Amino acid sequence: MSCPTPAIARDHISLGHGSGGKLSAELMRDLFLPAFRNATLERMDDQAVLDFNHTRIAFTTDSFVVKPLFFPGGDIGSLAVHGTVNDLAMGGAKPLFLSVAFIIEEGFPMYALQRIVDSLGHAASACGVQVVTGDTKVVDKGSGDGVFINTTGLGVVPEGITLSAGGARPGDAVILSGYIGDHGIAIMAEREGLEFDSPVESDSAPLHGLVADMLATTRAIRCLRDPTRGGVSSSLNEIAAQSGVGILLDEQTLPVRDAVRGACEMLGLDPLYVANEGKLLAIVDAAQADRVVEAMHKNPLGREARRIGTVTKSDAGWVRMRTPLGTTRIVDMLAGDQLPRIC
Amino acid sequence: MRYIDEYRDPKIAQGLVDQIHARVTKPWVLMEICGGQTHTLMRYGIDELIPPQVELVHGPGCPVCVTPIEVVDKAVEIASRPDVIFVSYGDMLRVPGTRSDLFRVKANGGDVRIAYSPMEAVKIAQKNPQRQVVFFGIGFETTAPANAMAVFKARNLGLTNFSELVSHVLVPPAIRLLLNSPENRVQGFIAPGHVCTVMGYWEYKALVDEFHVPIVVGGFEPVDLLEAILMLAAQLEDGRAEVENQYARSVSYHGNEPAQRIVEQVFEVADRKWRGIGSIPMSGLRLRPEFAAYDAEKIFGVSEIEATEPPECISAQVLQGLKKPVDCPAFATRCTPEMPLGAPMVSAEGACAAYYQYRRHATSLVCIA
Amino acid sequence: MCLAVPGKLLETQVISDSRLGVVDFGGTKRSVLLDFVPEAEVGDYVLVHVGFAISRIDEQEAQRTYELLERIGMLETGDAPIEAEESAAATGLGGPDALHR
Repeated sequence: MSCPTPAIARDHISLGHGSGGKLSAELMRDLFLPAFRNATLERMDDQAVLDFNHTRIAFTTDSFVVKPLFFPGGDIGSLAVHGTVNDLAMGGAKPLFLSVAFIIEEGFPMYALQRIVDSLGHAASACGVQVVTGDTKVVDKGSGDGVFINTTGLGVVPEGITLSAGGARPGDAVILSGYIGDHGIAIMAEREGLEFDSPVESDSAPLHGLVADMLATTRAIRCLRDPTRGGVSSSLNEIAAQSGVGILLDEQTLPVRDAVRGACEMLGLDPLYVANEGKLLAIVDAAQADRVVEAMHKNPLGREARRIGTVTKSDAGWVRMRTPLGTTRIVDMLAGDQLPRIC
Repeated sequence: MRYIDEYRDPKIAQGLVDQIHARVTKPWVLMEICGGQTHTLMRYGIDELIPPQVELVHGPGCPVCVTPIEVVDKAVEIASRPDVIFVSYGDMLRVPGTRSDLFRVKANGGDVRIAYSPMEAVKIAQKNPQRQVVFFGIGFETTAPANAMAVFKARNLGLTNFSELVSHVLVPPAIRLLLNSPENRVQGFIAPGHVCTVMGYWEYKALVDEFHVPIVVGGFEPVDLLEAILMLAAQLEDGRAEVENQYARSVSYHGNEPAQRIVEQVFEVADRKWRGIGSIPMSGLRLRPEFAAYDAEKIFGVSEIEATEPPECISAQVLQGLKKPVDCPAFATRCTPEMPLGAPMVSAEGACAAYYQYRRHATSLVCIA
Repeated sequence: MCLAVPGKLLETQVISDSRLGVVDFGGTKRSVLLDFVPEAEVGDYVLVHVGFAISRIDEQEAQRTYELLERIGMLETGDAPIEAEESAAATGLGGPDALHR
């Protein structure tokens, strides 16, 4: 056996396994997929689309463990709704119903729970979804982080819409709906004590309306993904792998707010790896790309939408990026979470 | 962002590239010392832009990479103790020790926290008087003033529960070692701009005079590095060997004197082992005896921990610029960022990690630069 | 090594025996210790590493060299190519004058 023992523990779960990067993918591939083998799961989309008597139901689940619980632009409650609604929306589904399960640490203040639940309720109404069932568990003090929330969502996928990470084809356009890095930096700012001239807020928002507008323009949309944990890089790497294609981005087209850029420079972070909670990536037939972007501009959540790259036949499985100097570099998936650095 | 964007200007970069092409008539081997500079070169593909006769090799300028394996083991040992809050810069979390690393200690329930600044560790010590707070004080000369100041302020505050595990390294002795090596091929150096911001560049004059090798102090943005490369190329083509300062907006001849003073007050120069290279005399910093109460090695009795390097990792040769990461048989196969055999693959600024992140798919091509 | 980022010093204050500042990094602000830059004043740009300012950016020097760099960039965008020695002389790069800049 070669020394030293690998840095990432294989006999323990580490934080990296939940970060949306390579370790998460590995866990999925080596642990979960073999145990749960079925065709739906193997598509590895953000939602499962299942056929029930000619109605296609989209089904998804997500757990929310964000810390701090309250942050500029949202809280764990609204995030729990938006995250699951977005997973459904990425499958083209109209979101209809949610279940919500709370795991609460003993001693958690009631007023804080009230705030979270109110926020969750408001977010659900605003999305037009109903919370129809749920569960509550309380754990010993010290066993949780205040509150964890799991939401499961159900929606209906209209006929004729098939979106999948495996659907990208060479020549397709890669479209991004707006500024990247807002959510991750808003969270990091709370933790690191950063201040902003105009505070960076989480972009937490439900995207089903934007998706509906896009699908009304054209059905030539291959795939939608919301780049949450692991950022734009993870989502695009997943698509490249699932579709067996390459992706080439143009660095100069990436939209990043000045304040987010400043925070990233200071902490040594790359916005491509920072989480977003109200953005989407779309792989679209190149011929329709301009029309889709135009339609997105008309929606409040798509004002900064733009094309950021192209799907290629060459370099299959890789995401690359053209730098402002005209050279090309790889945009790799991270192993675990991106950590602030001094080097 | 001012003083960043202008130094990423593509037109200026291209202009410098053209000038380099016009100037270079012979092959030259250049080394950039600093890992941050390596990263910029890889991230912007600068090695693709410069003439193929100019070969860039990457130096040992990654304090994370050169932290000796036994120091990581000491950190793991201390961090595993239940009464300890272990605070570290993010870079060190995933660096492999002999059997474990700080990330794993955290996964197993150790209180390991990431800090952006050593003063956060001092604050944690103030807020947790019943716990021992240990800060992992690594880095080059750039970080030494801050790490020193943390100890100094902890003493002023009368804290009895704060200490540092110190493993600082100094750049000029490493350059001297490289230049003294019979296998050295490097003909010109880009000196690390932020180390020199603190130390000045007076120390490099002695090296230039002794070895007749040009040294240019360089910054970290693409325009900085291209300008530094142009300045080195011009010296080499002209047959000159001088110290020049490309990063003049931040670096002065004498450097930052208040910063140097606090380092002298708190630390003293000592022999230091560099991971992958071995012991280099007078190349490191340790806490002075009068600060023994803040020395985690003494407090936790870990001074005697020793370790040996893994056989397959060739980081020694990579760090000295004798081999490129892609020359390593384990590169991207048995050695990856998730399963690193050595520190240059884990550290964000390590040469191997930089190659892995930015260049991997081209490893089958002939690597000229 | 040594991630250090330039930012503008917006305000300063003295707390106990420490001089603290608020530095703006293109829209993000952070508290920074100014122990190593006693000469830095509000409005100056400083280089910040691990929460400490380690130098004051020499704006005049930066302006001078930037103008030279800009000319290189302008030459790039379509003017007639010029001789290598000419351009080196014009930009002041190379030669003993470049020492101790």
